[in-house]
Amino acid sequence: MNQRYMSIDIAACHGCNICFMACKDEFVGNDWPGYTASQPRHGHRWLNIEYLERGQYSRNDVAYLPMPCQHCQDAHCMKAAPDAVTRRTDGIVVIDMKAAKGNKALVDSCPFGAIYWNEEENVAQKCTMCAHLLDDKDWKPGLPRCVHSCPTGSMKFYDMEPAEFAKLAKKEGFEGYRSAELKNAPRVVYKNLHRYTKNFIAAGVLVDGDCCENATVTLKSKKGVLATAKTNFFGDFKFDALENGEYTVDVVAAGIETSQTVVIDGASQNLGFIELASKTAKAEALAV
Amino acid sequence: MSKEVRMTNSSTGGPVFVYVNDGKIVRMTPMDLDETDAPSWEIEARGHTFKPPRKTTVAVYTQGFKSMIYSDKRIKFPMKRVDFDPIGNRNIQNRGISGYERISWEEAIDLVVNEINRIKHQYGPSAILSTPSSHHMWGNVGYRHSTYFRFMNMMGFTYADHNPDSWEGWHWGGMHMWGFSWRLGNPEQYNLLEDGLKHAEMIVFWSADPETNGGIYSAHESTPRRQWLKELGVKMVFIDPYMNHTAAWIGDKWFSPKIGTDHALSFAIAYTWLKEGTYDKEYVATHAHGFHEWAEYVLGNTDGVPKTCEWAEKESGVPACDIRALAREWAKKNTYLAAGGLGGWGGACRASHGIEWTRGMIALATMQGMGKPGSNIWSTTQGAPVDNEFYFPGYAEGGISGDCENSAAGFKFAWRMFDGKTTFPSPSNLNTSAGQHIPRLKIPECIMEGKYKWSGKGFAGGDIAHQMHQYEYPAPGYSPIKMFWKYGGPHMGTMTATNRYAKMYTHDSLEFVVSQSIWFEGEVPFADVILPACTNFERWDISEFSNCSGYIPDNYNQVNHRVISMQMKCIEPVGESKSDYNIYAMFAEKLGIGPMFTEGKDELGWIEQYYNATDMPKYMTFAEFKERGYFVVPTNPNRNKAVALRWFAEDRQKDTPDWGPRLNNQVNRKGLQTTTGKVEFIATSIQNFEKQGYVDEYRPAMHTYVEAWESWHSPLAKKYPLGMLAPHPRYSFHTMGDGKDSFMNDIKDHRVLIDGHYYWIMRLNSKDAEARGIKEGDLIRAFNDRGSVILCAQVGERVQPGTVHSYESCAEYNPLGKPGKSADRGGCVNILSPDRYMSKYACGMAPNSTQLEVEKWDGGIYEIY
Repeated sequence: MNQRYMSIDIAACHGCNICFMACKDEFVGNDWPGYTASQPRHGHRWLNIEYLERGQYSRNDVAYLPMPCQHCQDAHCMKAAPDAVTRRTDGIVVIDMKAAKGNKALVDSCPFGAIYWNEEENVAQKCTMCAHLLDDKDWKPGLPRCVHSCPTGSMKFYDMEPAEFAKLAKKEGFEGYRSAELKNAPRVVYKNLHRYTKNFIAAGVLVDGDCCENATVTLKSKKGVLATAKTNFFGDFKFDALENGEYTVDVVAAGIETSQTVVIDGASQNLGFIELASKTAKAEALAV
Repeated sequence: MSKEVRMTNSSTGGPVFVYVNDGKIVRMTPMDLDETDAPSWEIEARGHTFKPPRKTTVAVYTQGFKSMIYSDKRIKFPMKRVDFDPIGNRNIQNRGISGYERISWEEAIDLVVNEINRIKHQYGPSAILSTPSSHHMWGNVGYRHSTYFRFMNMMGFTYADHNPDSWEGWHWGGMHMWGFSWRLGNPEQYNLLEDGLKHAEMIVFWSADPETNGGIYSAHESTPRRQWLKELGVKMVFIDPYMNHTAAWIGDKWFSPKIGTDHALSFAIAYTWLKEGTYDKEYVATHAHGFHEWAEYVLGNTDGVPKTCEWAEKESGVPACDIRALAREWAKKNTYLAAGGLGGWGGACRASHGIEWTRGMIALATMQGMGKPGSNIWSTTQGAPVDNEFYFPGYAEGGISGDCENSAAGFKFAWRMFDGKTTFPSPSNLNTSAGQHIPRLKIPECIMEGKYKWSGKGFAGGDIAHQMHQYEYPAPGYSPIKMFWKYGGPHMGTMTATNRYAKMYTHDSLEFVVSQSIWFEGEVPFADVILPACTNFERWDISEFSNCSGYIPDNYNQVNHRVISMQMKCIEPVGESKSDYNIYAMFAEKLGIGPMFTEGKDELGWIEQYYNATDMPKYMTFAEFKERGYFVVPTNPNRNKAVALRWFAEDRQKDTPDWGPRLNNQVNRKGLQTTTGKVEFIATSIQNFEKQGYVDEYRPAMHTYVEAWESWHSPLAKKYPLGMLAPHPRYSFHTMGDGKDSFMNDIKDHRVLIDGHYYWIMRLNSKDAEARGIKEGDLIRAFNDRGSVILCAQVGERVQPGTVHSYESCAEYNPLGKPGKSADRGGCVNILSPDRYMSKYACGMAPNSTQLEVEKWDGGIYEIY
């Protein structure tokens, strides 16, 4: 049968937080019996947006990682409280408000920190993927609130057969966040996740003090050539999605070559300007 | 959901469906359009068909509006300051300190009306000062240009004129170069979306962050357009001291000039084009005035300073090679300059150098043949192909006031709204050119010093020379201010050097202060009497998405679908709060002017009259509209498709549906509004002024590189080395959305909760932070001689060393000690900005010319006197 999934494109998200506000709009002050008690006014982040800056001024970038409950196939919370946490037939993981009463340990069971404690209700709570709306035939948008309000198209919702989704996930390059490590098989997956989990090397190439367009830049590791790029009109290049390790950056511009070693150890690298002097400029300098 | 009813309403941040159950708002969502709504437009360009999503978008503060409606910060009943006695001791010195007691509406009205009548008898109506805030609500009938002016003009008052606090430089500088006074100096943008999609190869966003400012009124309607441009391979370059959110999202390159030096870059780009001969010489020869003399200056032939890229690097910190590469690419490629227009309000225009930066933008666009296909000033937020012939007025077109002096009612709408037989406007006689004025930025000086002189009334929309009109307070024959009736959101976060406003409230000359407010915030606790108003979700109104016409003509062309909304009364007003209309109706009754104010109509009666004065009845009756709740204006295949400024580039009569220039401002209906009809690199309007003795070193007749009066150049920078950028905020809007115990407080990049208090954020470079021992999340004191503000530090790489960034316009004001004299931990960074005008005769604000220092906060209250 059809299953529910969400995808979030990190490259398309700019952290507007409208999803976060829509989530609060739906759950603060509203009880949804059979689904969840109302969310406290402050403190809960059922859609927690993490933020990361990479690189150094002024070759730097930023990424936002909106993180609702990942609705894992192999959910840590379900193992922690099998009586209180269940997976619906559509794949949405739900906490039973009655059975979970008083079970504060549930909060710590989630490796994503997606479960929150409601002091007043004495119960653990989290994102329900707006199951109460998805179950309501009168809910015309047919989407969770976060997806419905997203203005960039970063968030998408799917109601489809697992085989069909697997095909789409392959085509789009969806991955689970930390899923290789946690083996959780999440229903919430990400596109362009490297913007949050991996690093880049960037620089600008100058020849005789001016930005050099169309310089050839080659990125190598011990295994050989990883990628080549042409510089843009600012002389800039950027190699992204790099793992930790040692790299060699070769630049060929105006017939001159230069090479340098760059180590990535958990942080992106802005190499600044790579300055080259052309043969004519060198000759002129010698003449002087 | 079965019991839920889906109603409609709207906001500055977009129209919404409001789901209501049993008298309570359950949720608000953007509007999904369905098959009964008119089809969307399509644009064919470069082999693609572009079509907008079939739904509206909302701004983030609109998505959180429910939490502002249901908030403990709501004022639920009328209140009186406990130690205020109008007959005995007023205890003026205790304003901002003493508490309040609940009173009935009847008591409040009696008290206020007694004061009004006493003051009018003693001093005349001009002794009553009032002014609204910018955009604290939305609605064409029940809000400020409409209901507010209808009542206030009948009661009599001195209006504090607003300065154009979003686009100062365009108004005080740009207008002298290319006119557009009816747009307050901003350019027309008609049909530029199609033009850009067809021709753009590069867009330079200069002090522009459309993903943050959302075109101010149009939420995220233009977001897909920038994605389309990106898909087409259009390069996006951003120039902004802060790596703004549009830059971080979609930018190919980011330049970060030091605060106050943007115009060094524009001069260096012009220099490169002049030197390399890569500008449109024919265009400039026929479309520019004073260009040759200006070019000699740029080249350094008249002042000995060639404005080279190396010179600009020294000024701005941006590498010369990058500036030169940008200049060359710009000359080679079809480039649109996203500056000015809507969304272009990152801060450069609200600064000491705002006048020259703005003129620099117009200069660069002119040098590349502005108006030709592939070259224009276009913000990417405006110029969608919606029907521009269907008439529905904007919210600044006067509504039920018909006030032609203080709104744009006189353009069209007043004549459609009032027949002069059964229904009448409420014109102003006090706030006219010969009446009394006060500039909003100088209310404290007027109150505390009793006199003030200035040039140009805030919004000089009628004619360029209106900026030169000389004003003084009190106006000859008029009374000084004795009473202040504050309406709407706070000034503490939005004006400049705002400790002045706090001090003003305890001045003896201010005998009586009323605050008509929705929330207990900002400077509300300085009032003697507080009147609780309700939000526009608790009353009836009508409006159109993004239509602020009157400020910006035909501004609805920002949105993908023109949506007219019935703003339904979704719930009863919270507590004893009331709509502004009902508050004024009660006052009018007591003042003996009830029948004139209401004409026997309630809010719905006025809305129906308003509706019938628009083009809406062509499609449906008012009863049908009220039932349906919203209407999507169909696209019009026969609409005027003329492109902005193409007529100028091609030397034709103006053919866009723009509101100006007035017929008398053109010769043979050709040319710009300027005297010469050309882009004036030497402004004839300023030359006229200079000849009359009004010489202004920060606004010379010729577009010149004038160093900012407060920046890294100034002696003050030795003591206060950091320059602050304080743009319009990302999540809140003016003071809407912030504070109020709203959901927004939980947004990580908006406020940070530390020890029970939600602190406003200041962003600084990792090097500056390290040098001061400051870490991410530390509480810091930002300070200069104007005061101190306690903020939460966000450390990173999104500003260059030497620059700090903190949004202006917070709603909270929480002085730690004496109000106006101690550190604020509400987050009003405008306490630190200068109260100095942009220039001697350009009476705009310059909050982005602020030097300060930061240090870890030691818990002190830092009182200064």
